[in-house]
Parts: sequence; C-alpha cells; structure tokens
Amino acid sequence: MMEKIVLAARHISKEFADPLRVKVLSDVCFEIKAGEFVSVTGKSGCGKSTLLYILSTMDTVYEGELWIDGQLMKNRKEEQLAQVRNEKIGFVFQFHYLLKEFTVLQNVMLPGLKLNKYSKQEVEHRAMEKLTMLGIGDLALKNANHVSGGEKQRIAIARALINDPMIIMGDEPTGNLDKKNSELVFEIFKRLAEEYNQTMLIVTHDTSFARKTSRNIEMEDGQIINDIAVTDLV
Amino acid sequence: MKLKLIMDISWALLLARWKQTLVAAAGVTFSIAMFISLLGFMTGLNVLLDGLILNRVPHVRLYKSIRPSQKQPVMQVPGFRKHYHFISSVKAVNASQQIRNSQAILTYLRNDHLVIGATPRITTQVFFNDGNIDLTGIVQGIDPALENKLFNFDEYMISGSAADLSKMPNSIILGKTLADLLLADVGEVIQLTTTQGQVFQLKVVGLFQSGIQEYDKTQSYASVNVVQKLLGKTASYVTDIQIKLTDITQAPAVAKKFAQIFETDAEDIQTANAQFETGSFIRTLISYAVGITVLIVAGFGIYNILNMMIYEKMDTIAILKATGFSGKDVKTVFLLIALVIGLFGGLLGLLAGFGISVIVDQIPFVTPSLPTITTYPVNYDPWFYGIGIVFSLATTLLAGWLPSRKASKVDPVVIIRGK
Repeated sequence: MMEKIVLAARHISKEFADPLRVKVLSDVCFEIKAGEFVSVTGKSGCGKSTLLYILSTMDTVYEGELWIDGQLMKNRKEEQLAQVRNEKIGFVFQFHYLLKEFTVLQNVMLPGLKLNKYSKQEVEHRAMEKLTMLGIGDLALKNANHVSGGEKQRIAIARALINDPMIIMGDEPTGNLDKKNSELVFEIFKRLAEEYNQTMLIVTHDTSFARKTSRNIEMEDGQIINDIAVTDLV
Repeated sequence: MKLKLIMDISWALLLARWKQTLVAAAGVTFSIAMFISLLGFMTGLNVLLDGLILNRVPHVRLYKSIRPSQKQPVMQVPGFRKHYHFISSVKAVNASQQIRNSQAILTYLRNDHLVIGATPRITTQVFFNDGNIDLTGIVQGIDPALENKLFNFDEYMISGSAADLSKMPNSIILGKTLADLLLADVGEVIQLTTTQGQVFQLKVVGLFQSGIQEYDKTQSYASVNVVQKLLGKTASYVTDIQIKLTDITQAPAVAKKFAQIFETDAEDIQTANAQFETGSFIRTLISYAVGITVLIVAGFGIYNILNMMIYEKMDTIAILKATGFSGKDVKTVFLLIALVIGLFGGLLGLLAGFGISVIVDQIPFVTPSLPTITTYPVNYDPWFYGIGIVFSLATTLLAGWLPSRKASKVDPVVIIRGK
C-alpha cells in the first residue's frame, strides 16, 4: 500500500556565514509518509534543530527543496507560509510557549480561530475535546500561567492538534520535563500515533524516547547517518 | 471574524500591561487637553480682540474723498492731446463729500445677495463746548436700528440704548471718556458748535464705551437727520455707506466692484485693518505649535511604551508566528494597541480640555475697557475637538508604526531557539 507523502526534504543544505562559514546541513534528503512517528536524534550541534525549523517553514534561508503536502515551499510569501503552518503543522516546543495573557482554553483555541474554518463555538468545542482527550479538561478556564510545567506541555500538544494538522513537529518536547512528565508526554505521542494515526516528527536527544518511535533518523555533522524503522524493536 | 481575533489579542496584551497603557494614554490625554484648552482660550481672546475693532468696522465702506479732478481742462483740448502737460498747484474745487443718489444705492445694496446690510452714515467734526473750553469731537449720524443690527451697537452701550436716538429728537450718545470730560450724564443737555459756527443743544440719551480710549474720547453718535440738521443739509445728504457682507473674504473684490458701479471711493476691511488679521494668525499659529509639540512628546511616550511591550512580548510574538499568524497580523495587533491608546487618551483629552475650558470660562476677567466682558473669553469651536482627536490618532499611529513593524519582523526561530 502506497502511503501519502506528507513531507519531503530534497537536498536541503544550509550554511551559517557568521562568524565563520560553517555548513550546518548538507544535502539532507528524506520523506515522511502519513502516519509515521519519526524521531530525529543526534548530538548537540549536529543540525537537527536547524533542520526542524527549516521543515517548519519558519526558517526560509536554505538551499534545496521542501515539499509539504505535495506543495513546494520555496519562494512563498511570509503570509502564505504562516497559512501553511496554521493549517498543516502543529508545534510542540521544549519550553511550553503558552500565551500567559490568555486562559488555557483560549491558548488552545487561538490557532483554530486564526484558521477561521469553524465558528467560534465549534472551535471552543473542539478545543475542549482535545483537552479532555489529554486528560486536562478541568484546567480549561485556568490562566495559562497558573498550571504546572507538565500540564503546560500537554496544553501545548492540545494546541498543536486543534487544526487537525498533517504533521506535528516537536523540538525536544520532553527536554524540560522531569521523568514522570516526560513519560506522560511520550504516552500521549504514542497514543496519537496508534489511535489517531497522527504523523509526527520529533527532534530529541533522548535516545530512550527515540527508540520507542516508529522510525529514527540519526544525524551527525549536518548529515543523515542512519535512517531506520524501529517499530519491531518496541 | 479575523479582525475580531486580532482585536481580542490586542486587548489581552493591552490589559496585561494596563498600567503602562494608562500612562501612555495619560500622555495623550494631557496633550490633547492642553491643545483644546489652549486653542479655545487663544481663539476666544482672538475673537474678543478682533471683535473690538472688526465688529465696529464695516466690511466695505463707500465714501467720497475730496481730491482734485483727474481730468484737467488742458487734457480735453484736442490739439494738445499728444503733448505732455505740465500743471502745477492743482486744487480741489466745488468738491462735496456727499454720496450722490444715496437712497438708490442703499436700495440696490439691500437687494444684493452678497450684502447682509447697508447703513448710511454722516460724519462731521464739531466742538463740544464745556464752559470756556472747546473739545474737538466727531459726531456720527447713524440709523440706530440698522447700526445695532449690523454692528452690535448696543453691546458697547453702558447706559441707554441706540434706539433712544430715534425716540428722542435732538439727542446724542457720547463716548464714556468724552462724557467724563464734559461732566455730562444721561438726561443732561450739552452744547456743541459745528464747523460752520452754528451752536446746537443736544440731550445726552446714552453713553458708550468701545474699549479704545482714543475713540471714546472723541466719538459721539446722533441720528442721521440730527447730523443733517447740524450741517444744514437736506435729507438725502449722506457721506458714508457702510456695508456688511455675507462673506468677509470677498470684501476687496466687492469693494472694487462697488467703487466702479457707484463712482465713489470704496475701502475694504482687509486693507483698513490688516494688522488685526496678522495678530490673530500669529496667535493661532502659536497655539497650534504648542499643542502639536506637546502631542509629539506624547507620541514619543507611546513609541517607548510600545517598544518596551514588544521586547517583553517577544515570546508571545514568536508563538503567534509559529502557530500561523503572519507578520501582518502581528503588526496589526500592535497598531491596534497604539490606536486604542490614541483613541482612549484622545477622547479623555477632549473631555478634560472641555473641562479646563469651562473652568477658564468662569475665571473673572474685569477690565474697564471691555464693559460686556466679565470672565475670560473661551471659544468652544467643535473644529478644535475634531482636530484634537484626529491629531491624537495620527500621532499614536505614527508612534506605533515603527514598533509594530519591528514586531512583525521578529524572527520566531531566533526567539524559540534562543531559550
């Protein structure tokens, strides 16, 4: 069965010119198919985060081609890229990055309201659903600043899910959490992969995390050195 | 829907920093209040000072000046037409200051749509006799009812009224200073000698005070037919026609036209009183300059506060961008914040400005030269309030522009990776 290709990186290279010319990514090529749970691992400075931000469309300075959902991302206007991020990509960062001016529910609703596909009531309803699904429905009306770190990360995952994105990208989503919360967050990712068949691309330096994903891409010095399916290992 | 979302975000950011926002808005409020009250007071003063002269002065004055004939006999001899004429010691002869056909002119003017009204006048010099002393003075023959209608004559009366001139035969209204010199009061009879040497006795029915000492010392008013009697002239004798126009700015053109039609001299208010307009203009200019300066200072305040807010909200901006808000959306968020500060501060400023104006309006301002004024003059022209709110919005938008642009250019990757 041919799975749909969600994201494709073709010969992506990037250099930092400051202070010295350093090649951080060289000729990175890979594809992610729908339903894959991919982890990217590697040592600090191997370029994995840089790659993620290029794939996320936020970093636009690179060589090569990035295809998301069959569309080339090169030479697009900033506004169009924002639209792509809004509609097709969900983000989970190392630090929670909730807007502390809003309540938990409002934080989850924001990308949904921006997408403007559903009415406000529907978006609210969907946001509640996501929060309940992640077991934090009771926090909905709390101020985003008044919840614990582990809860914040789960809220961020709910926010990433609100527009039913094609892919969820995570930049060390468990990097700032204690063991218990890390496991909790991983369980959520796993559930998303198994129950909802959600495509995910998670950058992490946590090898135990990576071992439990369905595919692991290992990087070194800006290049992919290993790309293996690990499903059977679980 | 989308704008509503952006507005909600602006509002949330604004409320999160409501103290700073309030300080920024207070800056705008203060400057707009200053602007409104200053301009109201300045123009109130302008209107008062200009009114001192301009209300009393016709927009166009028709008169006949005595001057030598432009056409000398030698010019009319065909044989000398191409020659150069040397004529010395030219004198005016048989000249009269009378405006011919004055009744017809007045009727014509009253039907002209450019003209609010026209009133005849006769001016003559007299000597007021006070015992052995003669004081030179001027008697103006006026039509009391018209004069009051066109030039607010009664506003300057401190006792009696213009209408008394037509009710009482052989009556006169004296300038306050002149009356003091003559030791004359309302109801008393004074004696004057005309330039022809005839002596008349007139009853004082009122006193006026224009606020200009020189004027009050020499001027007096009587009805047109009393002055005609003083001069021994017929009822058609008029030396001046004073015209008030619907549009004062057209006075120079209209004066030229009337001078041609009626074959008289005509003087317009701009030429006669150029200095007042200059004074008003400068005063208004100063008020605007001060108001705008204060507003610009407030603008810098807003700029600072927005800049600070953007530094504080870098995370928020980054996350908004990461989750699909474009640079334009972010810019709109911060511009809206600036606008709210401007609108809110501006509206409060209008209220405060109005309040200060009302207070200034209550402060007693008594001066002997301005009998009808009891408090400081204040102008409540709605135009200032319009300018005020437009200025406050414009300044805040301008002050918000650069910070908003900066916010829209924030690179989310730098912020997110920088942690």
